[in-house]
Amino acid sequence: MLNVSGLACSRGERRLFADVGFSLAAGEWLHVQGENGSGKTSLMRLVVGLSPADAGEIVWRGEQTPSQEFRRDLIYLGHHAAVKEDLTPLENLRLAAALDGVDLSESDALAALIRLGLRGREELPVRVLSAGQKRRVLLARLLTRPAHLWVLDEAFNALDVAAVKLLGDLIAGHLESGGLAILTSHQPLPVPGGKALVL
Amino acid sequence: MRQSIIHWFRFASPQSFYPLAGRLIPWFWAAAALFAIAGLWISFFVAPTDAQQGEGYRIIFVHVPASWMSMFIYMVMAFWAGLGLALNTRVSAMMAQALAPTGALMAALSLWTGALWGKPMWGAWWVWDARLTSELILLFLFLGFMALQAAIDDPRRADKAGAILALVGVVNIPIIYFSVKWWNTLHQGSTINLNKAPSMAQTMLWGMLLMALAFWMYSIAIALVRVRAIILERERHTEWVKHAVE
Amino acid sequence: MSAFLATVKRDLLLALRRKSEVLTAVFFFVIVTSLFPLGIGPEAVLLKKIAPGILWVAALLATLLGLPRLFATDHVDGTLEQMALSPSPLGLLVAGKILAHWLLCGLPLVLLAPILGLQFDLDASALGILTLALLLGTPLLSLIGSIGAALTLGVRGGGVLLALLVLPLYIPALIFGAGAVEAHIAGLDASGHLSLLAAMLALAVFFAPWATTAALRIALE
Repeated sequence: MLNVSGLACSRGERRLFADVGFSLAAGEWLHVQGENGSGKTSLMRLVVGLSPADAGEIVWRGEQTPSQEFRRDLIYLGHHAAVKEDLTPLENLRLAAALDGVDLSESDALAALIRLGLRGREELPVRVLSAGQKRRVLLARLLTRPAHLWVLDEAFNALDVAAVKLLGDLIAGHLESGGLAILTSHQPLPVPGGKALVL
Repeated sequence: MRQSIIHWFRFASPQSFYPLAGRLIPWFWAAAALFAIAGLWISFFVAPTDAQQGEGYRIIFVHVPASWMSMFIYMVMAFWAGLGLALNTRVSAMMAQALAPTGALMAALSLWTGALWGKPMWGAWWVWDARLTSELILLFLFLGFMALQAAIDDPRRADKAGAILALVGVVNIPIIYFSVKWWNTLHQGSTINLNKAPSMAQTMLWGMLLMALAFWMYSIAIALVRVRAIILERERHTEWVKHAVE
Repeated sequence: MSAFLATVKRDLLLALRRKSEVLTAVFFFVIVTSLFPLGIGPEAVLLKKIAPGILWVAALLATLLGLPRLFATDHVDGTLEQMALSPSPLGLLVAGKILAHWLLCGLPLVLLAPILGLQFDLDASALGILTLALLLGTPLLSLIGSIGAALTLGVRGGGVLLALLVLPLYIPALIFGAGAVEAHIAGLDASGHLSLLAAMLALAVFFAPWATTAALRIALE
């Protein structure tokens, strides 16, 4: 479903990588590995269409990206918290869904937050939560919007053991139901299988 | 068809544009000098003394071409910037960047000579004349473009952001010009118009035309010199630049 | 369309949680306009003559105050990135943010202007024209300003640069906005000025969100 070929990227004068390619079919996932500064995050940003590539192409379901259809199929969670500190987790989740054009009911949003272990925190402003809890608020979006392709950059950072297992289960479930995932991490990931790409 | 497109795009790469610009520059310098000598000769020695304005009017031989150039350069700059944005050709964006200081210089020159002309004519260094005011705003637009490009570290982002600003400016220039003119007629303070030279003599027109051509050639030459410098700076890590500099 | 309204709602809700930031611009507007009589003197005829210009310039600067925050906070915490990747068109979300900016930074000025106009001895019909001109003009300021805010996003010295980029583009709005009130005071018809303001607003509604979206995508690269 996802075919990437000949990708090249440079930052300033430095060539980060060239001629990177991979393809993923339904149910497959890619583990992007590499040292600090090897361009993992840059590759992620190229694939989701935030940055233009110097060369190469990214084809999703036979169509060139970026496109509105591709974005509908995509969830990208990057380094940023991507939640508003002044809003509660519930408000964050529902407004983020509304911005994506999804009408998320309060009970569904609440269920997602509880699944991620935020019971009792849903009405507090995000500002008072810990880094790991903020991360969980963001991860709740994986449950509230159906998307085929998950691109998660260092998603396991700042998570405790229980949350790592939970996220691993979520990804495994996503793959079983025919989804695709691209993950970066320095550590081995608690997800079975997967192709590896070393930058 | 395909062949000719490739032919044209060949010069869109910095590597092939650099020597081409280098070959062209002396010709433009020479043309600028020739036109300037002829233009200055006509404007100082051939054009008759104006009956009402005396010798002081001769500054319009610099003022009017500078005003023309400043507006024209903004259009050309926006054209190259837009082309760079649309086709992703690096040299066009560099060309836009190279033109901006010359455009700002022309706008400043036009304001300065306008003030010099205004002092004996109107008895004031500055009059809120519609043309002078528009020229001042144009200078601000040039300075804004240069400041934005200078503030962004990544040259690729600087090119694109500058291009959007230049295009927004180009859409706004007619609106600004029209609004300033409207404002000027509403407040009927100064009805003097810089271009209302009563019955311009044939020789004056020739002098102005020659000076305008000299400014053209100068602008092209200096923009090419600057674009060469920009190419060297941005491509300094490439092999061909290392060879070219040696 | 629902995404557009959701963006407006979101930005208003966020502003509600940080009221002080919104009120700063409004206080600035009030203080600046009150400074002029103190600097110039209390002569009623003169104040009446310069009132439209002062109120408009103060409105221009007050709108400018809120602009750097328009995208900066969303840029820093990464929510802007999520908007850029949202299935909803980014232009729609951007338009929502601009509308929210106007509701927070423009509309209060429109509502306050008649009261401040009283300080300058403007009569009722002139106050009406002033309010109408600001009602047409302040959205224009938000729209043009959003382009500058997007271009200077995350740039060194962005705030000052933003003023340098945006203020020259504000000049037509200033000329026709203040001109409408001046024409009315001088006993002329102000409808020409107002229609031109409306025409510029229509133009900006079409082009500004588009240019802003393009500038944001560049800033996010």
